[in-house]
Amino acid sequence: MKTEVNSSNRQSFYKPFSLGILIASLLLLSGCKEEYLLFQPKGEIAAQQTDLIIMSFLIMMIVVVPVIIMSVVFPIIYRSTRKETEKTKYIPNWEHSNKIEFWVWSIPCAIIIWLAIITYQTSFSLDPRKPIVSENPTMRVHVIALDWKWLFIYPEQEIATVNELTIPVDTPVEFLITSDTVMNSFSIPSLGSMIYAMAGMENQLHLIGEEIGVYRGYSANYSGFGFSGMKFKTHIVNNGDFDSWVNKVKSVNRTLTPAVYNKLAAKTKDHPVEHYSTINPLTFNYIVEKYTGPQGSRTSNSSYINPFITESNINSPSKHIANESGEQH
Amino acid sequence: MALSNHTIVTDPDPIFGKLRWDSIPFNDPIILTTFLTTTIITVGVIGAILYWGKVRYLWDEWLTSVDHKKIGIMYIIASLIMLIRGFSDALLMRSQQALAVSDTSGVGYLPPEHYDQIFTAHGVIMIFFVAMPFMVGLMNIVVPLQIGARDVAFPFLNSLSFWLFVVSAMLVNASLFVGEFAATGWLAYPPLSGIEYSPWVGVDYWLWSLQISGIGTLLSGVNFFVTIMRMRAPGMTLMKMPVFTWTSLCSNVLIILAFPILTVTITLLTLDRYLGTHFFTNDLGGNQMMYVNLIWAWGHPEVYILILPAFGIFSEVTATFSRKRLFGYTSLVYATGCIMFLSFIVWLHHFFTMGAGASVNAFFGIATMIISIPTGVKIFNWLFTMWGGRVEFTSPMWWTLSFLVTFVIGGLTGVMLAIPAADFVLHNTLFLIAHFHNVIIGGVLFGYFAGLTYWFPKATGFKLNETLGKWSCGLWTVGFFTAFMPLYVLGFMGMTRRLNYYDNPVWNTWLLVAGAGALIVLLGICVQLYQIFASIRDRHQNQDTTGDPWGGRTLEWSMSSPPPLYNFAKLPHINDRDPWHDMKVNGTAFIQPASYKKIHMPKNTWAGIVIAGFSFVMGFAMVWHIWWLAIASILGMFTSYIAYTFVRSKDYYVPVEQVESIENKHFQSLKDSGVEVIAETQLKA
Repeated sequence: MKTEVNSSNRQSFYKPFSLGILIASLLLLSGCKEEYLLFQPKGEIAAQQTDLIIMSFLIMMIVVVPVIIMSVVFPIIYRSTRKETEKTKYIPNWEHSNKIEFWVWSIPCAIIIWLAIITYQTSFSLDPRKPIVSENPTMRVHVIALDWKWLFIYPEQEIATVNELTIPVDTPVEFLITSDTVMNSFSIPSLGSMIYAMAGMENQLHLIGEEIGVYRGYSANYSGFGFSGMKFKTHIVNNGDFDSWVNKVKSVNRTLTPAVYNKLAAKTKDHPVEHYSTINPLTFNYIVEKYTGPQGSRTSNSSYINPFITESNINSPSKHIANESGEQH
Repeated sequence: MALSNHTIVTDPDPIFGKLRWDSIPFNDPIILTTFLTTTIITVGVIGAILYWGKVRYLWDEWLTSVDHKKIGIMYIIASLIMLIRGFSDALLMRSQQALAVSDTSGVGYLPPEHYDQIFTAHGVIMIFFVAMPFMVGLMNIVVPLQIGARDVAFPFLNSLSFWLFVVSAMLVNASLFVGEFAATGWLAYPPLSGIEYSPWVGVDYWLWSLQISGIGTLLSGVNFFVTIMRMRAPGMTLMKMPVFTWTSLCSNVLIILAFPILTVTITLLTLDRYLGTHFFTNDLGGNQMMYVNLIWAWGHPEVYILILPAFGIFSEVTATFSRKRLFGYTSLVYATGCIMFLSFIVWLHHFFTMGAGASVNAFFGIATMIISIPTGVKIFNWLFTMWGGRVEFTSPMWWTLSFLVTFVIGGLTGVMLAIPAADFVLHNTLFLIAHFHNVIIGGVLFGYFAGLTYWFPKATGFKLNETLGKWSCGLWTVGFFTAFMPLYVLGFMGMTRRLNYYDNPVWNTWLLVAGAGALIVLLGICVQLYQIFASIRDRHQNQDTTGDPWGGRTLEWSMSSPPPLYNFAKLPHINDRDPWHDMKVNGTAFIQPASYKKIHMPKNTWAGIVIAGFSFVMGFAMVWHIWWLAIASILGMFTSYIAYTFVRSKDYYVPVEQVESIENKHFQSLKDSGVEVIAETQLKA
């Protein structure tokens, strides 16, 4: 009998909160869905970033929750419309309290010191340039942002793809990223960090995929009218599948020569997936050097020829300004 | 998907430059409708002015006015008009994204060529032509009154600043109908904004409108800095200044330091586009990273230029409606100073993903977080101002309370974004969009709306309708949360900003919710516009006869509403931080002086509007490469300025009789409202 009373009491106690509980459980449920990419990390880097986001959120809650409660409670307690009998103490000239000042400066300071330590550590541990420690050897992929598609060059496999990235599972990948057009940002949210792709510059990004699947990739920096179509699928496959995929690409028998590349670099929207079985002699460096000129030891080597560096784009760069800017308008 | 307005003209005509008939987008129904509506409204307004013969009145009393109060009112009117324009852009974007689930382009009703201009224009308009003029407008109305000054330090400069802002806003609007606007994002990162990748005139509109408005803002900054430093009433030491004046001062220091960076950066990009230099191009040593650094070295302080005065407004409003002195004034002032300083050393947090080293990222991340300490202190100060008070729930207080809750959430997400390693996944997602709208709407805009409601009776002589004000605050708040909380969620789903279409159907649901939120905000704006209309209609019921409708604490409430043209018949002596409250307590508030002196005032001038008018022509001519017109209008600017320097009588004295009659009327009105007025003669006796 007694327990029954108790349980009914409990029900009535929960009633006003039932809506809140419903919403919270819905959020929790939806939190488990695959769509919340940042909470469904598919690799070590992304997993650490998920933890970092949740951690910083919770630390901030220490101060955010009390402030929100105070912003609601204080004005209600001290409302002028209260009945005379219930009125709180009125202290119109009270304007300073060392005790309160101490706490309102020191609590935020303490929280920020805590967060600063985390920030400092993670800035180094999650530095995009930092190689990932793994039993498996690091694979390299060169990424070139074009208008408006991504070109992926696999220097070790000597193949190239457009708008499709395939990497073996549990293998650290070193991406070298540049752009042969405006600024873009290379982003695969499920795997973690993004980084800008800029012409004449080489950015480094280390990621790892630890779960087989297909993940979305984007350009995260607006780059012009075809920007929304600069998306690609990232396939994380097991080693055997990777090898057979490489063989499949090799069998298409198309070479990414400088001429083919120039054609590819022209402005296109919603570019389809493309495969190139050989990349010779195209290398990533050629594209970077298009804007910087020959780099390093190559500057002194007279036999070095970059097919993209011609007399015309060294001496009169303004020429292509008027000519190449026309697109499909 | 050809839009005729994206034409590249390589052979400019000597007379018309790049201007062609097909520069006008007749074929776009959206633009054509907007054009017709704008034309009809403009013709209607001009017709009404002519019909009632108000041209002379308008010219003498408003257009050529150097009175800071009138300039302030004009700023705010212009800013509200631009708010409607910027918000229309927001609705277009929300509806496009709600419709556009597809694998390939061509969905929804806005092609990228149009949509990309809209998000660029939305950002530019909301920051440069809504928030900035709103802030400068409030500063114009309030600062001289709060410090006991009769006008700003340089009245002509003030008028010039205002008109430069107006013409730059007109230049942005002109881009809607002649040619096109930039499709580069609001900060126009090169090389996309360079001539190679944006050969159309859109970026040129962006360049010249920002250049002109930036110079206007810089002049305002100098003007108000000098006004606050040099023109305070006797006795008002720095630590006795009202908090709004303090935050305005810091904001103006930031303007003076930051806006020259904008001017230079835009100039360099202009040189790239017009003369073929290579500051920011891909090749020949151009450095796009330099541009991004420079633009954010201005852009980050800019955010604080906007938010600091809003903090000041909340301080004034909270103290007044808690019927209490502000808690922790000194703390607040130092917190403002800290924020001012720190805002200059955090710009890199806008691009952690550019590839700087871990140490650099860590430094800027931690510096950014440190800003949240003084900001947090401010929030606690407002909370403890309410503690032990008698809080009245007027509509300015509604905005303030709504701000407190909203802004804390924005601060939370801001700190999350400040951690470089977290930013690597959150950057440029809708999480970022939600964050900065959270602080700019919840902080800046709610603050300005609180200020508008609070000082409206001072500027016009009657209060805004309170009930409608609370409704609009409620709708804005609900609308804001409905529109932007889904964007946080979408950020966690990895949705990138500025997408014209997307192939992930899951996003669509949340975008529909966000769209509904935008409609609630629309309702809030409509209620606000109706509030202004209804309050003007019922102005006789809402009249403020005492000049102190809220029981204010600072000097601006010590004179009639609207204030007399000279503000203060006699300059007050300041003994307290809340001087007006102090006077009321000590019984020295309502003393009718026995005699007055003549008052030295600046004369109206045509120079501001004329010089700015020429600068509009110059901007337009430069955009379209009409060189002869550009040269002619630059000459026009110089000539009219030189002509202005030859005007001998720039000032005059308000005669004693006029002062006396204005003041007597005010004291009569006070007596009629039941205020006990003591005559100075009585006191002496």
